[in-house]
Amino acid sequence: MNWQEFLAMGGYAAFVWPSYALAVIVLVANVVAPHVRERRLLRTIARRAATGDEA
Amino acid sequence: MAFVWFHKLGSPRHFYALSRRLTPWLGAITAVLLLGGLYWGLVVAPPDYQQGESYRIIFVHVPSAWMSMFTWMFMAVSGLMVLVWRMKVAASLMRAAAPLGASVTFLALVTGSLWGKPMWGTFWVWDARLTSELVLLFLYLGFIALQSAIEERDAAGRAGAVLALVGVVNIPIIHYSVEWWNTLHQGPTVTKFDAPSISLDMLLPLLVMAVGFMTWFATAVLKRARCDILEAESSSHWVRELATPGKR
Repeated sequence: MNWQEFLAMGGYAAFVWPSYALAVIVLVANVVAPHVRERRLLRTIARRAATGDEA
Repeated sequence: MAFVWFHKLGSPRHFYALSRRLTPWLGAITAVLLLGGLYWGLVVAPPDYQQGESYRIIFVHVPSAWMSMFTWMFMAVSGLMVLVWRMKVAASLMRAAAPLGASVTFLALVTGSLWGKPMWGTFWVWDARLTSELVLLFLYLGFIALQSAIEERDAAGRAGAVLALVGVVNIPIIHYSVEWWNTLHQGPTVTKFDAPSISLDMLLPLLVMAVGFMTWFATAVLKRARCDILEAESSSHWVRELATPGKR
């Protein structure tokens, strides 16, 4: 099987590939987003602790 | 002994530390399973004798549909722990699960739609299976809205727990909808008491993807729950120490 044939998905490329693309976006985003948020939260808390700000 | 373990897990501090140790491993296992499952499902598995290559959508559609139901059950069980034991960690897990549930429900609906167009000739039909799954998406969105509408954390947690428990009624409706009502959607091929009516060549990559979605959920829900705990406990001593390592 060659690449062109694989990408064509037997004529269903317009349905198969968007499904997989959306799945990848949803799965990756839901891991990356909390990762970034946790680091940001820890930085904010560290800054507050350093300045002695209770709020 | 069991009580000590349960008590430790109920402490946000211990839960946070345990979660931090677990998520790198869970994330690595998820990557291996999903990449392996994608290759197996897209390249190795044979085309379907009726649906040709279009059936390959099954490898993302079915795991996300299963996870959409599992996630609500997870929230309901966490909600029960919130109401019975006032467990803060359970409330964090319940809150953390909701956007993940909404994500997989959305994914199940869109991939189902993209599969329905070439096979049924339509993106959408207001039948029992599709409609009850859409109701599930609205339940998730309602839960998320409820959490942001109530300022006080514990009150928001209890209100969310009640919604999670009441919403469970929709789960058997989704599952049995294809048997109770006439529908375009096919009946269950894997989760039935007989042997699954799907070839092993297709079933095995499907199961690998399903387990991958489970470990993905575990990774993401633990990471999100950690953020929730940090926000709730931002002024407590252990969080400050955690944020400023090496400083006393």
